[in-house]
Amino acid sequence: MSELIRLSAADLADKIHKREVSAVEATQAHLDRIAEVDGAVHAFLHVNTEGALAAAAKVDEQIAVGEVASPLAGVPLALKDVMTTIDAPTTVGSKILENWLPPYDATVTERLRAAGIVILGKTNMDEFAMGSSTENSAYGPTHNPWDLERIPGGSGGGSSASLAAFEAPLAIGTDTGGSIRQPGAVTGTVGVKPTYGTVSRYGLVAFSSSLDQAGPCARTVLDAALLHEVIAGYDPMDSTSINQPVRPVVEAARQGATGDLKGVKVGVVREFRGEGYQQGVIDCFDAAVQQLRDLGAEVVEVSCPHFKYALGAYYLIAPSEASSNLARFDAMRYGLRVDNGALGELSAEQVMSLTREAGFGPEVKRRIILGTYALSAGYYDAYYGSAQKVRTLISRDFTSAFEQVDVLVAPTTPTTAFKIGERIDDPLAMYLNDLCTIPSNLAGNAALSVPSGLAAEDGLPAGLQVMAPALADERMYRVAAAYEVARDAAQGGPLINRVPELEAISR
Amino acid sequence: MTAVAEVMDYDEVLERFDPVLGLEVHVELNTNTKMFCGCANVFGGEPNTHVCPVCLGMPGALPAVNGKAVESAMRIGLALNCEIAEWCRFARKNYFYPDMPKNFQTSQYDEPIAFNGYLDVELDDGSIFRVDIERAHMEEDTGKSLHVGGATGRIHGADYSLLDYNRAGVPLIEIVTKPLVGTGARAPEVARAYVAALRDLLRGLDVSDVRMDQGSLRCDANVSLMAKDATEFGTRTETKNVNSLRSVERAVRYEMTRHAAVLVGGGKIKQETRHFDESTATTRAGRTKETAEDYRYFPEPDLVPIAPSREWVAELKAGLPQPPWVRRKRLQEEWGLSDAELRDLVNADALDLVAATVDAGAKSDDARSWWVSYLSQQAKTLNKELAELPITPAQVARVSALVADGSLTNKLARAVVDGVLAGEGEPDAVVEARGLKVVSDDSALTAAVDEALAAQPDVAEKIRSGKVAAAGAIVGAVMKATKGSADAKRVRELIIERCS
Ligand SMILES: [Zn+2]
Repeated sequence: MSELIRLSAADLADKIHKREVSAVEATQAHLDRIAEVDGAVHAFLHVNTEGALAAAAKVDEQIAVGEVASPLAGVPLALKDVMTTIDAPTTVGSKILENWLPPYDATVTERLRAAGIVILGKTNMDEFAMGSSTENSAYGPTHNPWDLERIPGGSGGGSSASLAAFEAPLAIGTDTGGSIRQPGAVTGTVGVKPTYGTVSRYGLVAFSSSLDQAGPCARTVLDAALLHEVIAGYDPMDSTSINQPVRPVVEAARQGATGDLKGVKVGVVREFRGEGYQQGVIDCFDAAVQQLRDLGAEVVEVSCPHFKYALGAYYLIAPSEASSNLARFDAMRYGLRVDNGALGELSAEQVMSLTREAGFGPEVKRRIILGTYALSAGYYDAYYGSAQKVRTLISRDFTSAFEQVDVLVAPTTPTTAFKIGERIDDPLAMYLNDLCTIPSNLAGNAALSVPSGLAAEDGLPAGLQVMAPALADERMYRVAAAYEVARDAAQGGPLINRVPELEAISR
Repeated sequence: MTAVAEVMDYDEVLERFDPVLGLEVHVELNTNTKMFCGCANVFGGEPNTHVCPVCLGMPGALPAVNGKAVESAMRIGLALNCEIAEWCRFARKNYFYPDMPKNFQTSQYDEPIAFNGYLDVELDDGSIFRVDIERAHMEEDTGKSLHVGGATGRIHGADYSLLDYNRAGVPLIEIVTKPLVGTGARAPEVARAYVAALRDLLRGLDVSDVRMDQGSLRCDANVSLMAKDATEFGTRTETKNVNSLRSVERAVRYEMTRHAAVLVGGGKIKQETRHFDESTATTRAGRTKETAEDYRYFPEPDLVPIAPSREWVAELKAGLPQPPWVRRKRLQEEWGLSDAELRDLVNADALDLVAATVDAGAKSDDARSWWVSYLSQQAKTLNKELAELPITPAQVARVSALVADGSLTNKLARAVVDGVLAGEGEPDAVVEARGLKVVSDDSALTAAVDEALAAQPDVAEKIRSGKVAAAGAIVGAVMKATKGSADAKRVRELIIERCS
């Protein structure tokens, strides 16, 4: 294994910018790694070898004349297959967009390219980001590098697994109900959902418009912060984009890494423990809270009484918006068209029906039906309307909590990674994965997951979730970076180094 | 083919029923770009050339509101005496149709930008009917389907369909009236007069091309009948495809007579969409649906609410042009018109054209004469609206100037106008190409003048004694002798010259 692939993005960028190693070499090392282990992990749906090497060569040319596009120029990245790319298919994990080559780059894609970040390929995901295990991908599941029989979380399981498998030092995810943070937690990597509206959604194939938010995935808090500053910022193409300067998250991560949290008030969300929480996950969380105290933070318990309604509200709002967002897949302009060889005899409606029947998987259909129902005349007020009220109550819970504390903490997920296939027939059990992450999607505030150790009973990673008020993303970076240093010191090195060797398996 | 429906005699309809009208007018705004993307907003163009990921509904694409369209919507609302919402949103209207790229229309639902207004409409006899406006809201247009093969371009029976998304995402304002009651026999006239007044108003605001023939102004006419003793409205039908002012009037009238026949025959009116057939002046039922469409409206999550500041609203209100009726009064005074003359001008839909022609330099009497008589006749012959004639006010003004400076006689001027209408180019080019020059050979004219003076010695004597006004008789004689090709002004000059 090349040592290059084990470096943090910050360290790799440093080497590239000092011309100790070329961007092409760094890219090739990761492409080699993908070739070696992705047969077993299946983090990628598409690897853009030529495009990546060409982008890397361009960075090397620029560096040769003293131009460094960004602090991450030359560093490879794995892009979730939900972001449009003009040079690689964008499938959203669905058959309905198999081989679809978008005519435009997402704003995030553009910003990555402008920063000289090398896009290795597109990562696997639950179809249309609907799921918590990547098992809903139409192209087969991704495997968790910690235990290949287990799920890597979802929907962004491909992005997080690629980090844990050292196939990429950086990745982009999107988080609608926890799709960045939950995969981060179960793969022992860092996943950040920035404040809603701070990273453009233009070119992010929509699942639920009012909840979707793209964010950085990495193996360290600093790397995530560096990537955060590349992709964040106002975009006139996204009307919900907030026209404010990007928060100083890199500075906050560096400050946090000095190991001092004196004066920081941390709130432990009382409601996020108890039945359904794995003991090892709770133990990791309690240990993490103690470490925050040891770093000088003041820890208090905070109640958010309406969080218990979040899951129900989420499963009305997200499917409602999805039922409308996914209506455009009608076989008219792009994507799959199923006509059973009888195109001349079928009406447009019949072709559309056949295509949607064949092109969408069961979970997508389930949510379209749920959302269509929730928005129907006579049911709207009881379902969609009530869910929006719950959303307001949850936002108020956050507001009053943040009047008392600077950040909130909770476990990211109630359990560690479960086995592939274990919950596939039990949607409700599957939905519980996102219990702790959903409130921040509903309220739109910032939240991240940082690894908090391995659960004693199964040796699998657990995550510490840190939540900050909207447009105060830097607070959670500071706390997470401080915790990361203390955790590594206590556990004798980075957690990620304990991922099993994958070479033997794939050979 | 469906059988021709029974209709009732119009007078009998009114003996038994009171009509109730509701008019929904869609106006395409003339903004440079579309409602939610940067594509050009132009009529026509090669199919699918004014499109982008946003208006094609590509996965991942997002809308961004056209600020100019919001401004136009507010100006329209203010001109219609509406309240402007302090806070409003877009909503999604969900339904599947191949020419609608996202399979939802971004529209406004229960939070329109403008509401509760009215428009006072002047009827043919000069009386005023107040049309109450329920709302004016913003939305986007759909693309266009072209059904190929089968009968009459309808989707049913077509071999295949072609889709053009150039129009998809063009900004639309939908203006909805409250139910209009109390029109009685004048319901068709009120409908026509309202659409005409609205069109004038919108033209004055310069927010739309308001071309009914091109679909930039479209009217859906809702009609129902109430029995004389009834207390509730009857079931209504909505007639679409009403593409001219005349059709608005005829469609309402036809539906009234059709409804009455159905009701009196013991039948029930089906709440449905009907299509107006221009050639037969009748309506036919649209495709009937098994179940009522449930549009599953919900607030558009991709757009933030619009909250126009009160300062902005006040500024727009202050900047509104004079309403057409105030402007009419002003022009009437400026041009010295009688009430009847003004009404003729308005009824001929010529007011704006005359004003524009005057602005382009013509005298108001000349401009009025061109549009109300000669050009109106041509429009009638060509079965077009006056404004649709392929001649501009500037061109009319130029012809008028050529007459005034003696380059053309009235007769030659008409030939020049014919040339412009026939697409032969600008007036001067037509004059050149057709050789339409006034006879300016003074020797020939002088001879004709001398001849005329000799024929009427008593008149000649009057002129010689200083009564220049008497020259008119001689001018007439010369014009007659030269079959109108002489320049009357020059003839008059020559007469005075010869008599001094
Ligand atoms: Zn466009």
